[in-house]
Amino acid sequence: MDKGVKKAMEPYWTENFGNPNALYKEGLIARNAVETARGDVAKVLGARAKEIIFTNGGTESDNLAILGVAKSGGNFVPLRTDEEGNPTGTKIPSAFRGHIVTTKFEHHAVLNACKQLEKEGFEVTYLDVGKDGVVNPEDVKKALKLETILVSIMYANNEIGTIQPIREIAKVIRNFKKNGRGNFVPLRTDEEGNPTGTKIPSSVFPYFHTDACQTPGYLDLNVERLGVDLLTLNGSKIYGPKGVGLLYVKNGIKLKPILYGGEQEKKLRPGTENVPAIVGLAKALKIADKDKDKESARLVKLRDYFIGKLLSEIPKTVLNGHPTQRLPNNINISILDAEGESIVLYLDEAGIACSTGSACTSESLEPSHVILAIDKPHAYAHGAMRFSLGRSTTKKEIDFVMKVLPDIIKKLRMFSPVNIKI
Amino acid sequence: MHPRNFLDRDPQGGEFDAEGEVGSFACGDIIKIWIKIDKETDKIKDIKWRTWGCATAIASASIFTEMVKENGGMSLEDALKIKPQDIAEKLGGLPARKFHCSILADKAFKKAVEAFRNIK
Repeated sequence: MDKGVKKAMEPYWTENFGNPNALYKEGLIARNAVETARGDVAKVLGARAKEIIFTNGGTESDNLAILGVAKSGGNFVPLRTDEEGNPTGTKIPSAFRGHIVTTKFEHHAVLNACKQLEKEGFEVTYLDVGKDGVVNPEDVKKALKLETILVSIMYANNEIGTIQPIREIAKVIRNFKKNGRGNFVPLRTDEEGNPTGTKIPSSVFPYFHTDACQTPGYLDLNVERLGVDLLTLNGSKIYGPKGVGLLYVKNGIKLKPILYGGEQEKKLRPGTENVPAIVGLAKALKIADKDKDKESARLVKLRDYFIGKLLSEIPKTVLNGHPTQRLPNNINISILDAEGESIVLYLDEAGIACSTGSACTSESLEPSHVILAIDKPHAYAHGAMRFSLGRSTTKKEIDFVMKVLPDIIKKLRMFSPVNIKI
Repeated sequence: MHPRNFLDRDPQGGEFDAEGEVGSFACGDIIKIWIKIDKETDKIKDIKWRTWGCATAIASASIFTEMVKENGGMSLEDALKIKPQDIAEKLGGLPARKFHCSILADKAFKKAVEAFRNIK
């Protein structure tokens, strides 16, 4: 964690311990801290403070966005405008089971929320992401239907770092809304299970959500420029505290909460606010955004130097994901004939921390769904290695990796029974 | 990690009596075992392995081959009795979700023995 972030959080553990919902002096200090943090975050996002909902992390924010839109049945939905340009509204029937568009390589917080909705009768389209790991906006256009209530596409992938054309996708959605205004949307069933229909103003749906957890400090986070309605961020990827996140919810969007309780965070996230974590998240985001251009330029140079070395000095290595349309800090390569976890452990022994990017270490032992989604075979997925660069990474450290890694691969290939044709 | 008894090259003709391979790219582990058997005593004279897989797969192959080579080589009959639980125990325990890896070493061995008996 960034030292400045830790320092900013410090007073809110013991000195200013108040509950931000209390009326006494200590409570007001805590409330002030939370609202200042909200204002700071809003400024980075180019949003209004009231559009920021603090949560306990990226997973919760993704769930709130997806389940919250999907289950907003029965809510009053304010339309931006009717035919005459006046604000108006409609009530969405609670039996409505809409359609959601997402991609095959989203984070599991998005994928598994969508899978749950499928079980509940929603329809989900999982878009291909091509060999480069970049969504084609044309594919989004083709997938949109009158019943589509939500499009959820990550800003940058967490394993291969590929950056998605969020602005172009937003434009596709905007055009779709413009052309489909006021259409009749057939519902699958009503409460008795009979097919029925309603008039859903298509100038409201679909909403556009993006998980942007990987991007602060590297990419533009301005929600107006991006054209998104919902945006997820969290603290742990940006030298901030773990266990805190936020969801940007564009003014006018009514979400159904996933937790029920008090009235905190506009009833969308009940429970006493985690004051130090919220203060830390805002501080971390401010720092990341301030140094964005300089740090990105430095890391792009290091990243390309490292990728060049890996591909030229270790035979049978393949870069996963687009070579340049990727985050400045992400390197993901498949090293054939050697298996990812063994490489990780040998590197760990040498003091180098990296990950397989595959879930081989997870409960399922399944290979990375991301590497499979970019059309690479299982053998590539199990040999995928993800190196993340950070604020403290230097060229010297990369040279050190390149001093030990080739020998580790040689050793593992020596006792590997496979010889994959490239 | 200091794995033992692995084969660091392709085997030469006649060097071993039989081989067995199990696993797949899809499951993430492949292990191959070669055996040399004393035809008089049915004891294991030599055993080598190669693995593409996680650390557990490598460690279990290594320890399994050490177990069957102990005291001048186990008889095939005894070696076939080694269960995945025995391998895990010898390694000082394995996480439950990694258990399928350790099962591979004995399975590859069983396949090799099967091949050996078919030749005989």
